[in-house]
Amino acid sequence: MNEILQYTVQGLAAGSFYALAALGLAVIFGVLGVVNFAHGAVYMLGAVTAAVLLDTLGVNFWLALIVVPVLLFIFGVLLERVFISRLIALDPLYNFLLTFGLTLLLVDLVKRQYGVSGLPYTRPEMLSGQLQVGEIRLPTFQVFVLVFSVLVCLAVWLLLTRTKIGMIVRASTEKAELTRALGVDVNKWVTPVFGFGIALAGLAGVLAAPFRAITADMGSSFIIILFAVVVIGGLGSILGAVVAGFLVGLVEVFGQAYAPALSQIVIFILMALVILLRPAGLFGKEEHA
Amino acid sequence: MSTPVDTADTTVERSPDQPAGFLGRSARRWGLLGLGLVVAVALPWFVYPPVAIDIICWALFAVALDLLLGYAGLLSFGHAAFWGGSAYVAGLVSIELGLPFPVAALVGALFAMALALPIGLLSAKRSGIYFAMVTLAFAQMLFFIVNQWRGLTGGENGLQSVPVNFFGIEAVEDEAFYFYYAALPIIVAGMWFAWRVVHSPFGRVLVATRDNPARARALGYDVERYRVAVFVISAGLAGLAGGLFAISHGFVSLQEVAWQTSGKVVLITVLGGIGTLWGGIIGAAIIVLLEDYLATSGFDGIGIITGSIFILIVLLFRRGVWGTFSDLVLHRGRRRTDEPGRRRRGGVRPVPYRRRSRSIPDRSR
Repeated sequence: MNEILQYTVQGLAAGSFYALAALGLAVIFGVLGVVNFAHGAVYMLGAVTAAVLLDTLGVNFWLALIVVPVLLFIFGVLLERVFISRLIALDPLYNFLLTFGLTLLLVDLVKRQYGVSGLPYTRPEMLSGQLQVGEIRLPTFQVFVLVFSVLVCLAVWLLLTRTKIGMIVRASTEKAELTRALGVDVNKWVTPVFGFGIALAGLAGVLAAPFRAITADMGSSFIIILFAVVVIGGLGSILGAVVAGFLVGLVEVFGQAYAPALSQIVIFILMALVILLRPAGLFGKEEHA
Repeated sequence: MSTPVDTADTTVERSPDQPAGFLGRSARRWGLLGLGLVVAVALPWFVYPPVAIDIICWALFAVALDLLLGYAGLLSFGHAAFWGGSAYVAGLVSIELGLPFPVAALVGALFAMALALPIGLLSAKRSGIYFAMVTLAFAQMLFFIVNQWRGLTGGENGLQSVPVNFFGIEAVEDEAFYFYYAALPIIVAGMWFAWRVVHSPFGRVLVATRDNPARARALGYDVERYRVAVFVISAGLAGLAGGLFAISHGFVSLQEVAWQTSGKVVLITVLGGIGTLWGGIIGAAIIVLLEDYLATSGFDGIGIITGSIFILIVLLFRRGVWGTFSDLVLHRGRRRTDEPGRRRRGGVRPVPYRRRSRSIPDRSR
């Protein structure tokens, strides 16, 4: 019983990285219709930036949780203005290809700059111990990651459902043409929303910095799992992205615990099952293509 | 993907048999074909023979992908599964059974087709960007299986010392130069097959399902079945290329099933020109030679170059090298409309990207 609870927390903590990043992916896809292949690379950039800031300026983890997403927001805005905006009238395919090229570029740039061996990162002392809850001991950091990302997801949820910006974003996700016809300037929100999605992926990277290996390649398997998450949750569904993110984290950790040989494949088996039974994903709407 | 209700430019106009602006159609075609064959035969005299083999293998791989991307409008981002899956099977068959290499490559290709059927059936439910993600995820599943199944595949070490068997003819078995000439007919046959598929009624229906799935469906074509069929054919050709590639190298590495390989073949196809078949060959030559050059010059950030090329192509030359050449020289002044990724909707011309229109894609339909 304890074991199961332990794995559950661990799985949800692992899932929070996917949930945060997939949330960013879903918001970007919703408003721009762009599937951002570079999301994994941005996650990597988040972790690398945190490590570099710590090393050069002594920016600690807590500060990095704020500074890095802001930096990546700016990066995202530039990216959108310089590249994505030129392709937005074309098939989504081209943006996918562009962001793929960007991934190659970013990964090899980081590799050249910081090598392949990985950057060091010291875990903040406050988070390094274990929490004792009844008879269960949980790593403090995992509990923190879990609570923090649930809070961020909730904040985004409130932003989307309780504010005017959120209303516009959701409306343009649902029906861009109609929203525009109602006199809402959807275009005004495209750039900041892209930056926001990028910032969320970067935030996931910062959270990963203290307990994952920070290498240029850390995003390359991440993006694939992220795509599985998005397919499971339903592309374009914001709730689906978050739920599927946590679900995939659970599947991953329980898979590692009970079927280590299959641990990396179970996620894709889950994905295949979802496609078979609900092609649009768990929370997606049927697409008329 | 957008579902155009009607388009001003019909399928017939976009068919490959359009009248030419430069020479006669058939003269031009035979001329190009002859030139292509001459270049192919002369290639190992001008480039290092193993590099020449790489070029023709990647060329067939790219042509196989273009069959899917250019003519069915489906971007597979998991084609490494078929190239690499076949590479492993062809390698194992060569090691265990000592079959002649064309037979081994064929066995690999058949395996790739068998693998493609279930993946295709599951993926064809989706199109556009979803198709890309789903194929990518399935390919990654194969990657993990190959990585995990060490006893059979060697895991991270890959398959070592794959022999080249060619009916005991030592020159071919030992020297890349002669191997090239033994492999070339197989590659050419694969390309000829792709060409036949494109220029068959089946190919025409494919283009119709690409341009207007709703109309194709209304005409009674089972769009999903056509997609699965072309997916399997494409996988078979990719597998043929992958098997030859693995045998020529004498080993199979995990790299062959990695997603970076899927990305590389997409890059080659897009660089050459989507929907042109010739483009894949040109793109393969450019990328393989470039990588060879960068590797020998000691530059260790190939992704910086290839990534930048990708970005530039997508931003500036979406028709690719061959597409642009064909527009400028072969079809002077003709407005080509066979760019599969072009968003066409309700007969309205797509907004030229120079206008930087911020039109937001409407996926609600």
